Amino acid sequence: MNPSELHDPGAGCAVCPSRFSQLRKLGLRVEASDHVIALAGNPNTGKTTVFNALTGLRMHTGNWPGKTISRAEGGFSYQGKRYKMVDLPGTYSLLSASPDEEVARTFLLFGQPDVTVIVADSTCMDRNLNLILQVLQITRRAVLCLNLMDEAKAHGIAIDVRNLARDLGVPVVPCAARSGEGIPELIREIATMADRTDSPAPRRLPLEVPGLGLALDRVEAGLHEVFPHLPQPRWVALRLLEGDREIMDAVLSGDIGALAETHGAYPNHGKES
Amino acid sequence: MKTPDDVLREAQELRWQLPQNLHDRITESIYGEAARIAGRSITRSGGSRRLAWQQKLDRLLTNPWTAFPIMVGVLGAILWVTIVGANLPSALLSSLLVDQGRAVLSGWLVAAGAPEWLRGLLADGMYLATAWVISVMLPPMMIFFPCFTLLEDFGFLPRVAFNLDRIFQKVGAHGKQALTMAMGLGCNAAGVVATRIIDSPRERIIAILTNNFSLCNGRWPTQILMASVFIGTLAPKGWGGLIAALSVLVVALLGFGLAMLTSWMLARTVLRGEATTFSLELPPYRPPNFWKTLYTSLIDRTLIVLWRAVVFALPAGAAIWLCARIPVGGQSLAAWFIHATDPFAWSMGLTGVILLAYIVAIPANEIVVPTILMLTVLVTGASGGHGAGVMFESDNESVRAILAAGGWTTLTAVCLMLFSLCHNPCSTTLYTIYRETRSVKWTVVSALLPLAVGFALCAAVAAVWRCVG
Repeated sequence: MNPSELHDPGAGCAVCPSRFSQLRKLGLRVEASDHVIALAGNPNTGKTTVFNALTGLRMHTGNWPGKTISRAEGGFSYQGKRYKMVDLPGTYSLLSASPDEEVARTFLLFGQPDVTVIVADSTCMDRNLNLILQVLQITRRAVLCLNLMDEAKAHGIAIDVRNLARDLGVPVVPCAARSGEGIPELIREIATMADRTDSPAPRRLPLEVPGLGLALDRVEAGLHEVFPHLPQPRWVALRLLEGDREIMDAVLSGDIGALAETHGAYPNHGKES
Repeated sequence: MKTPDDVLREAQELRWQLPQNLHDRITESIYGEAARIAGRSITRSGGSRRLAWQQKLDRLLTNPWTAFPIMVGVLGAILWVTIVGANLPSALLSSLLVDQGRAVLSGWLVAAGAPEWLRGLLADGMYLATAWVISVMLPPMMIFFPCFTLLEDFGFLPRVAFNLDRIFQKVGAHGKQALTMAMGLGCNAAGVVATRIIDSPRERIIAILTNNFSLCNGRWPTQILMASVFIGTLAPKGWGGLIAALSVLVVALLGFGLAMLTSWMLARTVLRGEATTFSLELPPYRPPNFWKTLYTSLIDRTLIVLWRAVVFALPAGAAIWLCARIPVGGQSLAAWFIHATDPFAWSMGLTGVILLAYIVAIPANEIVVPTILMLTVLVTGASGGHGAGVMFESDNESVRAILAAGGWTTLTAVCLMLFSLCHNPCSTTLYTIYRETRSVKWTVVSALLPLAVGFALCAAVAAVWRCVG
């Protein structure tokens, strides 16, 4: 395991000004970026608040699930590198899809962001972990942001950050985005993850279903033959085996190949995973 | 070489060899793993005081007996605060912008040697329409928007949706339609886009078609002005604000009722189907960040909406002035239209001026009241008792005087409030509906449906009023 995965930002760094001063909020100026960062998570966990804190934009936030319905883009620069942030609508799972959730799911799967920041609500982690595990199935270039830590504390909830990071295999950063607490650490972890040259394997869930592994291998091989550049062929294979209508139609019409091209148009990155 | 067909067929065949409940088993294993990880890293130490407080509040806000009075009460309180609070700044703005500003501009134009038609076009047309839009819209918006945003931040909206879910289910619509209707209270175009959170296409169309029954920010000022000027003044002294707020509340609730009624009719006829179930998270109450909310709702919402209104008011002002001045066979263009439609409008308790104003205001509902005032003055010659010429003081008293001189009664005001609730959406919303549905048919239906309801409602009210009165 890579040592940076075990990193636990100490509370002392929370308000470290020297880190924060290296951040330049670029707002909407995101034309040429070195890295693409996606913000994903359950609805109403504060993704847009994190997005605003990083980019200096003022997208509308609201305390209800479903406030963000299409993706928003913004940027920041840190230590001389430019990052493009993509704020996605909240989604409970990658298995279902209403039109707003579809936006999130398509981008995460085929947009090939360099880093996916999963924003979670610390007050109800058990519910959030379902999506976290699903996202980690398709990428490990992820950073988990435990948002609303202040509220979790007020509710008497304690989270062993180090333990959680070890279990999930990705860096975990506790935050309170509304007051800006933990944002400097989050930026540092995003930058570290974006600069990593090794490509960690996606976390595989122990899917204890007899015969599933073999079936997945065969469909995946078939997909690879038809769409050689398709990212996440294993996930698409799983959806086909489950009979997901939308994905089946996309495969049949060849749209799934097009999706991968329009959303994955970042020539320098992403293809290695 | 394989084709997509082959891959699908292979997947299909393999599916038969896998357990039937594949989806459930995958979901189960994800949930199981999530629970294991959570168990290892998360500890809870007893119930906190804050949680108990939130649970108490939730019990109040989700119990049908207490929830509905509280919801209606909160909306009524916001309206009352808006009406009472907007009175003074409205009067100040209108004396500053409408009276003095126009006089100053006219003075400059005369000094610059501008011909009379140019003075009329610029000062009486474009400037006046804009000044009126600002003085009518800005004060109520500055109070209404922040109040609404604070409630949104606090976590009130999902509770409203939760309470209304049962009603929506009964009429065959989606419970999340409550959220999209709440968004529609700000702007119907935003409300239509917000219907993306509804995953059933049938229920989504219903939500889109009925969103217009949520009064949008372009129409709140119309409601508030009509209520303060015509209905509040019927009440005994000191009660005007409360009565005016109540009457606007009644119109807003009527809008909700009509949305339910049309949803029900649509779900029974052209959009038949089962209501789908969904899960809605009730987020924890979060103390709103007061100053930040105030700032963002003022800058991002109020000013943007106001800017849009101004952009539309400038050309509309010119168009109105030209309509009222270009003679065709002895009468102005506007006069022709107004006289031709007057009998039809009368049957609905309205006037030809109002109908023309609604046609001019298709791009933006915000300019309806200013357009009505200008048309009344320019075409019918009514001037609120200030003699000939264009003379404006648009605090409530003189608005009343101008409109009364234009032949208005309380019935006209009531019917205007109803028609403002039920008429075609503005062009921005219509375009948004087309973009979201990709269907000319549904776009046309969304324009004609509320219009038909509006015509019927106004005609019925006018008929009953005239019989009784």
